[in-house]
Amino acid sequence: MDFQLTEDQRALRDGVRDLLEGRFDRTALRAAVDASERAGAAALDRELWRELGAAGFFSLALPEADGGVGLGLPEAVLAFEEAGRALLPGPLVATFLAAGEIPGAASGDVMVTAADGPLVAWLDEADVVRGDVAGAVPARSVDPLTPLHRLPADAPREDGGPFLDGAGALLTAAEQLGSAARTTEMAVQYARERVQFGQLIGAFQAVKHLCAQMLVRAEIARGAVYAAAVTGDPLEVCGAKLLADDAAVRNARDCLQVHGGMGFTWEADVHLHLKRAWVRAGTGRSAGDAEEALAAAL
Amino acid sequence: MDLTYTAEEDEFRARLSRWLARTLPELPPPPDPLDWPGRRAYDTGWQRRLYDAGYAGLHWPVDAGGQGATPTQHLIFLEETEKAGAPYVGANFVGLLHAGPTIASEGSAEQRARWLPPVLRGEEVWCQGFSEPDAGSDLASLCTRAWRDGDHYVVSGSKIWTSHAEVADWCELLVRTTPVSGSVPKHRGISWLAMPMDAPGITVRPLRTLAGSTEFAEMFLDEVRVPVSHRVGDENDGWRVTMVTLSYERGTAFVGEVVACRRVLGELAREARKNGRWDDAVLRRRLGHLSAEFAALWRLTQWNVSESQRTGGVPGVGGSVFKLHYSHARQELYEAAADVLGPGALDLGHPWNHDRLSSLSYTIAAGTSQIQQNIVAERILGLPKGR
Ligand SMILES: Cc1cc2nc3c(=O)[nH]c(=O)nc-3n(C[C@H](O)[C@H](O)[C@H](O)COP(=O)(O)OP(=O)(O)OC[C@H]3O[C@@H](n4cnc5c(N)ncnc54)[C@H](O)[C@@H]3O)c2cc1C
Repeated sequence: MDFQLTEDQRALRDGVRDLLEGRFDRTALRAAVDASERAGAAALDRELWRELGAAGFFSLALPEADGGVGLGLPEAVLAFEEAGRALLPGPLVATFLAAGEIPGAASGDVMVTAADGPLVAWLDEADVVRGDVAGAVPARSVDPLTPLHRLPADAPREDGGPFLDGAGALLTAAEQLGSAARTTEMAVQYARERVQFGQLIGAFQAVKHLCAQMLVRAEIARGAVYAAAVTGDPLEVCGAKLLADDAAVRNARDCLQVHGGMGFTWEADVHLHLKRAWVRAGTGRSAGDAEEALAAAL
Repeated sequence: MDLTYTAEEDEFRARLSRWLARTLPELPPPPDPLDWPGRRAYDTGWQRRLYDAGYAGLHWPVDAGGQGATPTQHLIFLEETEKAGAPYVGANFVGLLHAGPTIASEGSAEQRARWLPPVLRGEEVWCQGFSEPDAGSDLASLCTRAWRDGDHYVVSGSKIWTSHAEVADWCELLVRTTPVSGSVPKHRGISWLAMPMDAPGITVRPLRTLAGSTEFAEMFLDEVRVPVSHRVGDENDGWRVTMVTLSYERGTAFVGEVVACRRVLGELAREARKNGRWDDAVLRRRLGHLSAEFAALWRLTQWNVSESQRTGGVPGVGGSVFKLHYSHARQELYEAAADVLGPGALDLGHPWNHDRLSSLSYTIAAGTSQIQQNIVAERILGLPKGR
């Protein structure tokens, strides 16, 4: 047993991080937010999508014989964690899951979304929609970079699909983990720069303890997400999503608190993390249903 | 990332579990929890059996009398013994889990030869004399004094919350060998001594815990003579030695208990299904959430163990992350247990209720949660020191 990242896994994670920092840094993120505001709807950067495809982001887990990279779920989780850190927009998980099944998904030429709960993301922009979206009506999405449609309350929902306890839930959890770790860093960085009462606010215990709890939440989620990626066990995936949702949402809120008034502005990135974390937490099984599923197995 | 065990590790697990299946039925019945001499005899008897079977000091270095096993094997040991319901380390806690490892890494060859084998054989029991009435979280402000008199230290002062003091043979004692002054900051001037508990001048006064037992005590030290050769590490360098001790305490000491908590969670669910409390969705969800948390704590443990296996070093500050979450999760577990029991939660006849009381110490002992949060913030996250 060696539950640490291998050299190759570290290299992969660093590679994805570099790619995203080069291609979707903070400036690009804010430009995307501004553009979506101006246009009244988020648009996806198709060129970036194809670049991700070319870099193997969507085909990571496809066998090499099928033009993929031949890696596994643990590697996919590392890539999605980076996507979560960078707040990369788009139906990443649905497109990833469609690679190898829907032509063009693996290369990033085709963007795929899926109806996997009461909400569907990127419905208008997607080239292919999986699942039944009859009667979907547009919603004013809380997340400026994730357009949403609402499905009728009585729409049929498949049980046990990939988004509930399969790879979809796990990859979404990985994005949440990346976001939770990122907001921890943002809070710590701010606490080391901002001075009040003649000292850095990070020297105040009330601030310190908020930051420490953020790290604890992120690390607990990390153990759960990585292990679920290795075992693929549906219950572990379910627990990982539960803890990662919790870490992403609560860490974003604590990060906002550490930023004070600045945290409440549109200008700070904190709200973008919080809103995306809410959207991801609303994807797949609800927290209550996840807890019920875990309890039933006791 | 690899969670599979090697063939060797599987073989180790199988051998251990066969041995446990054979040995546990031979154990005498456990003593009354309030019978301290009985508990000492029981705990050391178990340690002796481990020793005879080659499982004592499993992951200690061979030159410290250990088996030189890998951290993963130690993890398997903790998991299997807990699953099989084997006795807990009990009175051997300090000797095995922190004084021992500290002597193994910081002691001289003679000191290792003198103190480690009797711990491994279950012949000598240690206690920890760190805290004082005015030095708890602020441990470095301790003021028990030690003067040099020839080849002895003469120690006077008092210690508090000393677990198992009544039945211990040795105490890992922190003393001040140089008074605090303008030029000597309080972290300097502390030394780490092994004090024999039968030395003249030691008075042990048991303190009663809120759970009703006398598991810890106050110790009054009146000119107790301790040979200078009993000092581990250099004079005035005891703080550094202590940090080694504490990283063991936080890094590895609670690991096996996570397995126990997962077992208890299963028992809670079974009981709730039997007594009708399972119909309460709020309670069910709490249990479901706890299940995710304990599973994650176990995975975090495997992560930390893998890390120390790679670095080959002392468990890192990551132990503080574990300790912080674990101590709260354990308290939540027993709050849930009280909910499952309903009115039965007020009856001390049920073992969960005693464990509920004991769990209240988890966020205090071995460094309070507030202090752990400071450690995480300052040493892992690099936030500035200050109040
Ligand atoms: C069951 C049990 C067994 C123990 N066994 C032993 C033993 O064998 N040997 C031994 O040496 N000790 C032992 N201890 C002592 C234990 O290590 C101390 O109780 C602990 O370190 C806290 O010290 P204190 O009790 O003096 O509390 P204090 O330090 O007085 O703390 C009181 C409160 O103030 C808070 N506080 C203090 N300082 C700060 C700060 N800087 N920032 C924020 N909050 C702060 C604490 O978190 C706590 O909430 C044991 C304790 C218990 C409960």
